[in-house]
Amino acid sequence: MPDTADPIPAAVAALVPRLREICGEDGVLTDASRRRVYDSDGITHHREVPGVVVLPTTAEQVAAVVGLCAETGVPFVPRGAGTGLSGGALPHPEGVLLTTSRMRRIVEVDPDNECAVVEPGVTNLDVSRAAAPYGYYYAPDPSSQQVCSVGGNVAENSGGAHCLKYGFTVNHVRGLDVVTPDGALVRLGGKASEAPGHDLIGAFIGSEGTLGVATRITVGLTRLPERTVTLLAAFTSMDAGGRAVGDIIAAGVLPSAIEMMDALAIEAAEAAVACDYPAGAAAVLIVELDGPAAEVEAELAEVTRLCAAAGSFETRTAADADERARIWKGRKSAFAAVGRISPSYIVQDGVVPRTALSEVLRRITELSEESGIRVANVFHAGDGNLHPLVLFDDAEPGAGERAEEVSGAILDLCVEHGGSITGEHGVGVDKACKMPRMYSPDDLATFDLFRRALDPEGIANPYKLLPTPRLCGERPGVRTGVHPLVESGRAEQF
Amino acid sequence: MTRQGIEGVRPGGPEDAVCGVVPARAARPRDVDGLAGLLAEAARNGWSVAVRGGGTALDWGGRPASADLLVDTGGLVRIDHDAGDLVVEVGAGTPVAELSAVLAKAGQRLSVDPVRAGGTVGGLLATGLSGPRRLLTGALRDLVIGMTVVRPDGVMARSGGRVVKNVAGYDLAKLHVGGYGTLGVIASAAFRLHPLPPALRLLELPLPSLAHAERRLTVLRASHAVPAAVELDWPVEGRSRLRVVLEGTPEGVDSRAAGLLESLAPGLPAEEVRVADRLPDDWGLLPAEGTLIRLSVPPAEAAAAAARAAELGGAVDTDVRTTGSARAGTLVTAVPPGASVAAVTVLLEGLRSHSGWTATVVRAEEHLHAAGIDLWGEVPGLAVMRAVKDAMDPGHRMAPGRFVTGAPHTPREE
Repeated sequence: MPDTADPIPAAVAALVPRLREICGEDGVLTDASRRRVYDSDGITHHREVPGVVVLPTTAEQVAAVVGLCAETGVPFVPRGAGTGLSGGALPHPEGVLLTTSRMRRIVEVDPDNECAVVEPGVTNLDVSRAAAPYGYYYAPDPSSQQVCSVGGNVAENSGGAHCLKYGFTVNHVRGLDVVTPDGALVRLGGKASEAPGHDLIGAFIGSEGTLGVATRITVGLTRLPERTVTLLAAFTSMDAGGRAVGDIIAAGVLPSAIEMMDALAIEAAEAAVACDYPAGAAAVLIVELDGPAAEVEAELAEVTRLCAAAGSFETRTAADADERARIWKGRKSAFAAVGRISPSYIVQDGVVPRTALSEVLRRITELSEESGIRVANVFHAGDGNLHPLVLFDDAEPGAGERAEEVSGAILDLCVEHGGSITGEHGVGVDKACKMPRMYSPDDLATFDLFRRALDPEGIANPYKLLPTPRLCGERPGVRTGVHPLVESGRAEQF
Repeated sequence: MTRQGIEGVRPGGPEDAVCGVVPARAARPRDVDGLAGLLAEAARNGWSVAVRGGGTALDWGGRPASADLLVDTGGLVRIDHDAGDLVVEVGAGTPVAELSAVLAKAGQRLSVDPVRAGGTVGGLLATGLSGPRRLLTGALRDLVIGMTVVRPDGVMARSGGRVVKNVAGYDLAKLHVGGYGTLGVIASAAFRLHPLPPALRLLELPLPSLAHAERRLTVLRASHAVPAAVELDWPVEGRSRLRVVLEGTPEGVDSRAAGLLESLAPGLPAEEVRVADRLPDDWGLLPAEGTLIRLSVPPAEAAAAAARAAELGGAVDTDVRTTGSARAGTLVTAVPPGASVAAVTVLLEGLRSHSGWTATVVRAEEHLHAAGIDLWGEVPGLAVMRAVKDAMDPGHRMAPGRFVTGAPHTPREE
């Protein structure tokens, strides 16, 4: 029986013959069942079946597809590996989903210039693998690095556990070839850093596909450290663990990662992977140090001393890769592991200043107690990036809504304390309506000015990143200044 | 509001000149609201605007096509330091030296080597040049985590924030770093900070030839010493040298320095190598006079670029000197005062003829401006920059002529 659900909208159907000319027969997916495979990214409660899916293999094809969209006014949504967690790659039902998964060439590893040139569909980990024989790696490493694409990392400005010391994607990209929303292929930078003119590379990274599509990326490579050690410290309270984090930073030590887990997250990890963390721990801290051997030894002694002084009752040090992997196993499996102790959960992504960590964690505990919704805390403590896992049972009436409320209240806490609504997952469609919690209408209007400089027709990943419509219920359109309903006190911005 | 109604607006004088152009009037707002009001007034009157901080870069960039108003950000002095979070928010007019002193008291620093003495934080950002120590913590643009800018229409807008990890919204601060105030006036910025390292070693050794330089840079790349700076200093006449900065713990820097010297300079007589535990007072500073050309090259070609600049300088009998970060491939060639238009043109054309190298004139002397030399060369992505300029400053009133999008002669796009 033919599949009649999710028909291709007429405007998109009209493009299909030309898309096939550009990308070839096998580069255009029109069949509804194949399009449905792409109906969400890593955040699955937002789903839309794309009008059509294209899988270009070259920058010229990307430019031609985007040019066709520009010519006809059909929106396009760029997509890497689809691991994003904010709906940044949520398809447009009346648009083209432009997937870079077939652009997977590592064009060049250039150890003399300490860089690599890659296509956007190359996975993050593959860059490090290609660089390893030369003694290098690619420093930004989001948790999804085995599968996420470098193009997606560029779109989201991904960080990962090690960005405390090594920074985000934006700190490691020297060159970008970009197809802008008018279909032009623009080359920015290259092997030399700091090209003349405005830092467009810096502004493009983290723009979530709203300014175009990266088709080639020159990334800086980092020398593999001489020595890496990982320390696990167990505490009887989150406060003590938090104190240790503050003391380590205050002492001038810059670890490559400081991760923290609370009792519920530890319980989940133990249930899933038997990571054998110290029994009775209310908090564990994982501190990784890397660099020249002499520095690492000195820092390790200092960190061990500070953890003990803050009240850790057990510390373990892993000196080789296997031991390190054992320590990291519990942390890395924590998100998946909560599935063992809760039927459903929401992963939140907020940031607070490090000094507000203890206070915010206490408030999260209170929120949890007040609502009866359990919250497991796993986070990048060194840079205050929280990933509370808000647990609920979707079979229980109203539980999902209460979990959403708790999750939203946690973000409010982050903003109240001078933090951010996203540290690494991005705004996407999921948090577009939360942007006004962090930014004023003038700030948002300025973001919009910049966006429209590159995309005046609004065809590049519409409805993402900025609240469009600004009141999430208002009709789309360009406006500036305070919304009249807000000004008159008849409406509130989210 | 009338012109007289704007607080503190005074007639411009020769001391306000921007690349030799005396602005019609000048004003020094006392706070951000004052700055916003001033720019709104400029917008109403259609005034062209140039910006100054400490005045140390008024002769940098292109010569303004017009300057109806000079905005002096010197009144926007504020340091809001969250020591526990290693974050500081600073008013644009705050002197860099004052910021450094405040941070040092807390054992912290903004990890950037200013290339001019006496500048302000706003000027540092608007000119955007980072000194040699940038290998561990990144260039200036990597340290900015939030920025408040007053737009050309007088609207105050913020991007980023005060936490290190934040991907909410566009990173508009990147457009303003090195933007010469052409998209708005920086009012304040938030930075991530680093602890002052407990110990430092500066190793200095001669580079008798390009081959020596390249060999030593290869050795450095292969080492695990993790330097904070790898700086070339390459004059036309006299000895070229390599300076390597190591930062860390006292035990660590000693063993790293010893290991590095052994691999870098085997057999080199001890008197040829200098080791110091502090940086010289003029560390990273560029000459205050003459013409400055900024070179950006693939890092492996840094020594070749410095040598090429010296060769070109020699050919036109001009004693140029190239310094900067070899490991980052970002260098500055200083041309002594009085160099002829022909000499500077030979230098620029010679450097720009190498594929993958860019050479932009950071500071030109007046006779070079008058001759209309091409300050920018090829600028990849210029059409996109122009689109951004058109959107953010539709009247093209902000620092017209000072930067690539408003240059009097059209820079070439690649």
